[in-house]
Amino acid sequence: MKAEGKIVKYGDNIDTDVIIPARYLNTSDPKELALHCMEDLDTGFVEKVKTCSIMVAGDNFGCGSSREHAPISIKESGIKCIVAKSFARIFYRNAINIGLAIIDCPQAVEEACDGDTFSIDFDNGSIVNQTKNKTYKIHPFPEFIQKVIQENGLISMVKKQFS
Amino acid sequence: MGMTMTQKILAAHAGVEKVSAGEIIQANLDMVLGNDITSPVAIKEFEKTGATKVYDQNKIALVPDHFTPNKDIKSAEQVKVMREFAKKMGIVNYFEIGQMGVEHALLPEKGLVKAGDLIIGADSHTCTYGALGAFSTGVGSTDMAVGMATGKVWLKVPEAIKFVITGKFQKWVSGKDLILHIIGMIGVDGANYKSMEFTGEGLKELSMDDRFTIANMAIEAGAKNGVFEVDEKTREYLVEHGNKVFTEYKADEDAIYEAIYSIDLNELKPTVAFPHLPENTKTIDEVGEVIIDQVVIGSCTNGRIEDMRKAAAVLKGRKVNKNIRCIVIPATQKIWQQSMNEGLFDIFIDAGAAVSTPTCGPCLGGHMGILAEGERCVATTNRNFVGRMGHVKSEVYLANPEVAAASAVTGKISSPDELK
Repeated sequence: MKAEGKIVKYGDNIDTDVIIPARYLNTSDPKELALHCMEDLDTGFVEKVKTCSIMVAGDNFGCGSSREHAPISIKESGIKCIVAKSFARIFYRNAINIGLAIIDCPQAVEEACDGDTFSIDFDNGSIVNQTKNKTYKIHPFPEFIQKVIQENGLISMVKKQFS
Repeated sequence: MGMTMTQKILAAHAGVEKVSAGEIIQANLDMVLGNDITSPVAIKEFEKTGATKVYDQNKIALVPDHFTPNKDIKSAEQVKVMREFAKKMGIVNYFEIGQMGVEHALLPEKGLVKAGDLIIGADSHTCTYGALGAFSTGVGSTDMAVGMATGKVWLKVPEAIKFVITGKFQKWVSGKDLILHIIGMIGVDGANYKSMEFTGEGLKELSMDDRFTIANMAIEAGAKNGVFEVDEKTREYLVEHGNKVFTEYKADEDAIYEAIYSIDLNELKPTVAFPHLPENTKTIDEVGEVIIDQVVIGSCTNGRIEDMRKAAAVLKGRKVNKNIRCIVIPATQKIWQQSMNEGLFDIFIDAGAAVSTPTCGPCLGGHMGILAEGERCVATTNRNFVGRMGHVKSEVYLANPEVAAASAVTGKISSPDELK
């Protein structure tokens, strides 16, 4: 699996309230949620994702509320992968569970600027910042999580039990 | 090498003798919780699994508490999805308006969670039940769906941080100040992926309501769970709420902790978290003059009977400042009735405060007290993120119920000591 595209970069402690504000949580329709993704932090996000497909952020990305609407809205907006210095734990498992690719790689984040181009190869475990001409190694996921990712989320994995 | 309290509960629920930090386990669930925001997504995912029934009709709790009583048509539709699913699946613990309360105050009160249990909830503050000596953690809707279908959850066994509590609270200081102090000290990701375990002779000074407040905000330090050692107070609470049989876990002497903090309750002062992170704490003597517009007393953090009593004791015979809207929200019907019977509502209403039916409402910027641009609110809630209670340019200051009540009187962030 590969992902390539321009990055949109944010800071530390991006909480799920700014990713998708509660005033939009009276729906669970991914398309409607995506229209308001990141709205309270960056009103230009919905425009930016037309040209950016990788989100980059600092520490503790996705902290706060457990609302799965947050990774759902990011995924539906067209973001293919989030690279952060670290993820808050509920967001981390939600992203894995719904099949949204996430990578923690502090160095790649540190050295990246908004608008750089990333090329991510999940199979060989590398992130290339093409703009800066730098390559970073991805820390492999634990085996179980790799399986969930390969199955494209927890539901497809569990489905087998009931079929 | 021994196990922490949390690791022991996880091992017991994974059917193994021993677990170690970092290991991923499949654990059996004693309770799966969802609310009106997270359940509709979970129900959609549940249907995709192909499961035709839930794993146990008694071990799922559905609580429509966030946008209820329904704030608009879309919210009404969401609750309808939940209600119909509960009926179809024969879920026993669905709480309709009239029995409903803020979920994390309601479940312990109903005796649905107890020491030694393993609980997940599609709400980040599910960590509250650690106050009872349970492992309890917030998850998303997909985990809730899979939990409802299979009765299992995947969990990475966490490392732990130990907090050894000694001493006794000073006047106007309570559980809220202790947890805000800790978050201020270790930061909003200071316990990310980890357990916070509370122990020490000072625990006996903490009421059950204090412990619920503290465990509730473990997530605000990023923790997977916060758990208290079971003592006589816990046992009394459990028995009083219908749980005669429960399991107590104690950490091994040689359990590994990533860090150990000693906290003397005597040294704590009323503490306020400034916008826009719960780690931005200041003690009351450091706050300066912060003029406010609204006060909210309630939520899964501080909407319990002791919180109501403390706020009422400060407001008794006083008036809410003419520039302030003061909203009091007892967290459950039982707390509501108790507050009414104790005469607390007379105090609130005489002071000029509004009293609401149980709801999460304003805490997450849902309804019942949304902030306009530039407005400031002192809230006994748990988060003060950008736009949390309304406009993106509004501000939330987190405090204990006595500070919130005193601030409602003066119109600025105040200690009750400042009142005449």
